[in-house]
Amino acid sequence: MATASHAIRPVESINPPNPITICLKEAKYEFLKNLRIPMYSVSTMVLPIMFYVLFGLVMGRQMIGGVSMSAYLIPAYGTFGVMGASLFGTAASLASERGLGWLQVKKASPMPPFAYFFAKVTMSVVFSTVDVLLLLVLGMTFGGVHLPAVVTAKLILTLVAGSLPFCAMGLAIGYFAGPTSAPAFINIFYLPMSFCSGLWIPFMFLPKFIQKIAVLLPPYHLSQLAFRLVGTSNGQSQVAHWESLIGFAMICLGIAWVGHLRDQKANG
Amino acid sequence: MATPQIFAVHQRQTAARQHVARLENISKKFGEVQALLDFNFSVRAGELTALLGPNGAGKTTAIRLLLGLARPTAGRVSVFNRDPTNVATRMRVGAMLQVGRVPETLRVREHIDLFSSYYPNPLPISETLAVAGIAELRDRKFGDLSGGQKQRVLFALAICGSPDLLFLDEPTVGLDVEARHLLWDEIRKLLGHGKTVVLTTHYLEEADALADHIAVINKGSIMAEGTPAEIKARTAGKNIRCLTQLPVSLLRSFPGVREVHEDREAVVIHASSVEDVLRRLLNLDPEVSGIEVTSAGLEDAFLALTKDDRV
Repeated sequence: MATASHAIRPVESINPPNPITICLKEAKYEFLKNLRIPMYSVSTMVLPIMFYVLFGLVMGRQMIGGVSMSAYLIPAYGTFGVMGASLFGTAASLASERGLGWLQVKKASPMPPFAYFFAKVTMSVVFSTVDVLLLLVLGMTFGGVHLPAVVTAKLILTLVAGSLPFCAMGLAIGYFAGPTSAPAFINIFYLPMSFCSGLWIPFMFLPKFIQKIAVLLPPYHLSQLAFRLVGTSNGQSQVAHWESLIGFAMICLGIAWVGHLRDQKANG
Repeated sequence: MATPQIFAVHQRQTAARQHVARLENISKKFGEVQALLDFNFSVRAGELTALLGPNGAGKTTAIRLLLGLARPTAGRVSVFNRDPTNVATRMRVGAMLQVGRVPETLRVREHIDLFSSYYPNPLPISETLAVAGIAELRDRKFGDLSGGQKQRVLFALAICGSPDLLFLDEPTVGLDVEARHLLWDEIRKLLGHGKTVVLTTHYLEEADALADHIAVINKGSIMAEGTPAEIKARTAGKNIRCLTQLPVSLLRSFPGVREVHEDREAVVIHASSVEDVLRRLLNLDPEVSGIEVTSAGLEDAFLALTKDDRV
């Protein structure tokens, strides 16, 4: 009988499972898990698309910063979208799985800890990519946006790579938020940051003092990198923007690490 | 494979068994709270060892130390002669813990598929489902299941890797009687396949039904250890209810008295040797009245054993 042979196999003959297989499986199920939560898939994908249709397509032919509205808003809502996908994808599930004991079950199992985080980040990246692609498809099909293939590829890569610092931010929030308070926590950062970075009201129309704050905000830096690719930007150095994003990611990872240590101490 | 012999071999053989897991001289403090003190506990291969005690006794802390989820303040933990956080150790261990949240939008078979992938030689998913008795739930989402069904899925996750050592932390809490007995059957089947099981529970009946060895724990220490028969013998007794002038402290000092508590105007004496106690009572208080002698329920007896005054 199969179970009997499983019960008495010699320990020495076991081959450990492939960590890559585990990481991919973990990512696959993290993706399915979130896809099936209406609040997640709707808020991360539908909202940016909806805003784009309303403001980018309906007012598409108006010019702003030297480019059409429909072109301008792709980087803006693209940034907004990847931020949301990353924050909600990582923080909310981490906070609730931590707070209600599921993470302990995973920890007691032979799952490599790295797989858990790999899955969350990968899942966020996939959703971010889909978001950006949808915006581009809409813009190119209905908004009259014409971008060379190389630029389109760079835009996708920039926005998706730029989602990673927000995954780090999501982990930082997730380690400190309670199981049910995470969405509120996220919004406290997400919405003001987006507004002050010029993702909704274009940067040039923001009051001066907010414009000054913007330089401290990661969505500002990411959106500027993306804006440059569609032909408009504030003209600051690309390297400086990337440095800010990387620095921000490092700080968030540090905060997440502190949260992790704090958890370990609390759990014993 | 000599299949029939395997089933015979496990059956409570008296040959010396290996210790697969041990807590040696463990002390565990959470801040100011001493969760475990001078705690020595070992688990023998092929047996079901029960940690029996009321809520807050330290059972879950002991399990968490054995699973490597917490580190002892002092003392040594070993599982399969290694640190419990060692991945190779974890690949031979399965755990069913009390959790407040399991991802609800994943289907049962998806949860099992994922957990099975962590182990080198997992059971086929269909077999895990069959052993846990949840074959008909395979495509259901976890969030749509009843409480009892959810417990069975957690049980499935504990066994899916075909572990040699299984930890079950209060596995039947919240289950109705029928579901509880069904789970007991499944646990017995696992023992039949030579697995080692560590069970925590606050139901004496459950420990009695399943365990080869029981360790009774209260307030972070082991109060008594032995086979179910031995534990029951220590806790067997009768309740003597009466109206008496004698003070409770004097009654407590009688030989054969385990515990005395007041019940409105009467006292209830929990005694292991009823006749001796009655003789003494009648001698010392000729005006004693309203004497009733009843069998102490198992749960009362267990509570008496885990009371604060220990010898």
